[in-house]
Amino acid sequence: MSGLLKLALKLLLGDRGKFLTLVIGITFAVFLMMLMTSMFFGIIQHSAANIINTGARIWVMDPDVQTPQNSIPMPEYVLDVVRSIPGVDYAVPLYVGAGLVRLDSGTYQAATVIGLDDATLFGRPALLAGRPLDIYRNNAFFVVRDANYAKLGSPKLGTTFEINDHRGIVAGIAKVSIGSLFGLPTLYTTYGRATQDLPSTRYVMSFILAQPKSAADIPAIKRAVARLGYRALTDREFTTRNDRFYEFQTAMGTNILIMTLISFIVGLSIAAETFYMFVLDNLERFGALKAIGARSSELVTMILYQSLVVSFLGFGFGMLLASALVAFGKLRIPNYAAIITYQNILMALAMVLLISGISAYIGIRRILRIDPFVVFRS
Amino acid sequence: MILSAEGVSKWFGEAPARTDALRDVSFSVNHNEMLYIVGPSGSGKTTLLSVISGILRPNAGTVLVEGKDIWRFDADSLADFRLHTLGFVFQDYHLFPRLTTLENIAVPLILRRVPWDKGLEKARQMLEIVELTDKAELTPNRLSGGEQQRVAIARAIVAEPDLLILDEPTASLDGDTGRRIVAFVRQQILNERRAIIVVTHDDRIYEYASRIIHMEDGRIIERPQPAP
Repeated sequence: MSGLLKLALKLLLGDRGKFLTLVIGITFAVFLMMLMTSMFFGIIQHSAANIINTGARIWVMDPDVQTPQNSIPMPEYVLDVVRSIPGVDYAVPLYVGAGLVRLDSGTYQAATVIGLDDATLFGRPALLAGRPLDIYRNNAFFVVRDANYAKLGSPKLGTTFEINDHRGIVAGIAKVSIGSLFGLPTLYTTYGRATQDLPSTRYVMSFILAQPKSAADIPAIKRAVARLGYRALTDREFTTRNDRFYEFQTAMGTNILIMTLISFIVGLSIAAETFYMFVLDNLERFGALKAIGARSSELVTMILYQSLVVSFLGFGFGMLLASALVAFGKLRIPNYAAIITYQNILMALAMVLLISGISAYIGIRRILRIDPFVVFRS
Repeated sequence: MILSAEGVSKWFGEAPARTDALRDVSFSVNHNEMLYIVGPSGSGKTTLLSVISGILRPNAGTVLVEGKDIWRFDADSLADFRLHTLGFVFQDYHLFPRLTTLENIAVPLILRRVPWDKGLEKARQMLEIVELTDKAELTPNRLSGGEQQRVAIARAIVAEPDLLILDEPTASLDGDTGRRIVAFVRQQILNERRAIIVVTHDDRIYEYASRIIHMEDGRIIERPQPAP
């Protein structure tokens, strides 16, 4: 480390009170920003659970569909047309809807029902109990064991129930990689049974799941589907569309954004003000350095370095705290929707660097205006 | 001759509220000379010090240090000039309270990009000169006024400047300590390669001057010189 930076570090660490205030301020700002954004990313990820769990490469849907939860049913002929598009390896229908389950206790519980293609069961979840072919038994359903499983009375294989006044039997206990966001238990059955047993509109097909022969075929498939008046999206595009919906068309994104901004402003206020006080307290020392022969660029380097040191320390501690809380939350609260991704780490880092930059800028402006003449004044 | 100032004028503000701090000041300093600039408060001593040390730009006149007009330098060159040619002992010392004595002395070397450990090694040698070897690891708040002054002197000479500038070196010290410090500077620091400028209004230390310049109302006025 250059002597100049070591000197800057010693000046910073020497004022323990301000140093700790700076680090704690940035730590809490990072902690809050990470927590807010991890919650948001968690919610977004859970809202896309159907897309992730199904694993289809291409989703065909009505152009107005924004999320996998809110489909607009399509006529069956679309499936035939999609299957005939060159480049489509195979295409299957998917039903996504809601049913009302009557429990043994006599109470009712709403549930998400996913109807899988009868022939292929494409999008089927992994089973914890039961066999895949059991889904073809009369009235068979697979129940997903997630945070909402207990809402159905934690059924076992063979448990019977009523769904929309039809008999249902648990033929398998399934697991999925991402749980549902909306607090509803999830039931899987065949497409045929789902569309037969659940009340439906004239058209019943929620989505068509298609597999391209190769990635190069995707643009042509999308164009062909668009000519039909429908939309084909890759799983990634559909996830992004779903994300955008929650970010910009619900209050969720705005609220989280506001909370994140508030965290940022709190962090910035604490850091910038404390750093400015630190600079003011050391103004005469910086004046002395300038008089002795330090160049302005060297003083700027010192200030930037000090600001970066407290920022990175605060970032590290803040991230540690947020990660610990998210990990604890996931252990204790089964449907706690928060994930720390590279995106929110980078976002928090960018914001910390911004805090650091603004704090340093305020200090630097003051430093550059120091008249070394002050050192000759008693 | 190490420094020569010719026709230096400095004023603040514009007419009619203009204040003339220096009026056509000319003087020079030679090697191995301890030059005193004396005068009452407001006579322009500190302004002159700032102008000749490349801190305050004059409105008129030239300042030549070792033949170079310092006010033709850009900001970075002026900083380099101060770092490599001058050593300052400020009236309030301006030591860094969070640094040890040793680290404080090493500051000019650190600014000169001397490695940290080598800087401290050289600073330790300076401590021997100012007789403070046992205070190396103390922070300034644990030193007496005289000791702080000696640390400031050690810091000023550690980079071996050609011109040492002392601003009111006895202002914060009692009479005996002040005299001891100035005598020490005269005996230990002054040599053939170096000159020292002392700004003071403390007549108790005039006896150590090689030459005295009297200032009044921004002008140098002629007075009898002390006996050599």
